[in-house]
Amino acid sequence: MSTIQPNIEQPVSEEMALVRRAKRGDDQAFEELVRRYDRNVFRIAQHITQNREDAEDVVQEAFLKAYSNLEKFQEQSKFYTWLVRIAVNEALMKLRRRKPERTVSLDEEVKTEDDSLPREVADWSPNPEQMYNQGELREILTRTIQGLPAGFRTVFVLRDVEGLSTEETAQALELSIPAVKSRLLRARLQLRERLNRFFQKRASGDGDQ
Amino acid sequence: MKCSEFLNELTNYLDGALDARTKSELDNHLAWCHNCYVVCDTTRKTIEIYHNSELYELPDDLRARLESAIMSKCCAHKKSEPPTS
Ligand SMILES: [Zn+2]
Repeated sequence: MSTIQPNIEQPVSEEMALVRRAKRGDDQAFEELVRRYDRNVFRIAQHITQNREDAEDVVQEAFLKAYSNLEKFQEQSKFYTWLVRIAVNEALMKLRRRKPERTVSLDEEVKTEDDSLPREVADWSPNPEQMYNQGELREILTRTIQGLPAGFRTVFVLRDVEGLSTEETAQALELSIPAVKSRLLRARLQLRERLNRFFQKRASGDGDQ
Repeated sequence: MKCSEFLNELTNYLDGALDARTKSELDNHLAWCHNCYVVCDTTRKTIEIYHNSELYELPDDLRARLESAIMSKCCAHKKSEPPTS
């Protein structure tokens, strides 16, 4: 039997070590957290708000909120997940302010046309990357994702663009895992269906553009 | 397995979040159902294309501006609210 005491403490992640230093008032540690995640927060914010100035504001406000509430962070999730939660809430507030006519809520079940069964099934060949130049493709992708309801768009961006796990997405959005999964499925299918209108048209060569 | 059942599991299938038995049922369905095969394939491509799209990259100059704005706001906040120890 080993006489060595088991190491009870979990190894602290590099991220958590920075967070703890920042909590003790080390601003350089906080600045490192900013540098680590500002690109991600900006992307998420711009996807949700669809507005560059709003996204800039969200980045600043989210980090400032994180900074001033750092001692309330319980370390039960990754710092990044907690930060994303703050940023998503800020971004949704901006969106509501800009588009008050549309209800923007993540809790609300998003009603859309029946998208359970895809209507058009056609292969995408050649690949979209080969069919369009970069600028055209960006335009198509941007317009397509902007057309998704905010609730779907947010889930898709966190999970598929930013690569958060299903659990982290659920934590960040304060949704249940089944709710994340069902929104993700519908977001993916709707995006596929919408992209299909571009990629199929070009591939079939009927030229009715 | 019906197509609608396949589609309900599509997200789990693409994310590799299925037990072996369900996965092989879905594989079987894909082997003979061309429509579901195409939907699955183009959905996978949809995810990949967005994942790699870099639609909203933060330009370096803007990034530098944001970082210094954030840190100076944080400093101002600290001065206005000295930590209670
Ligand atoms: Zn099928």
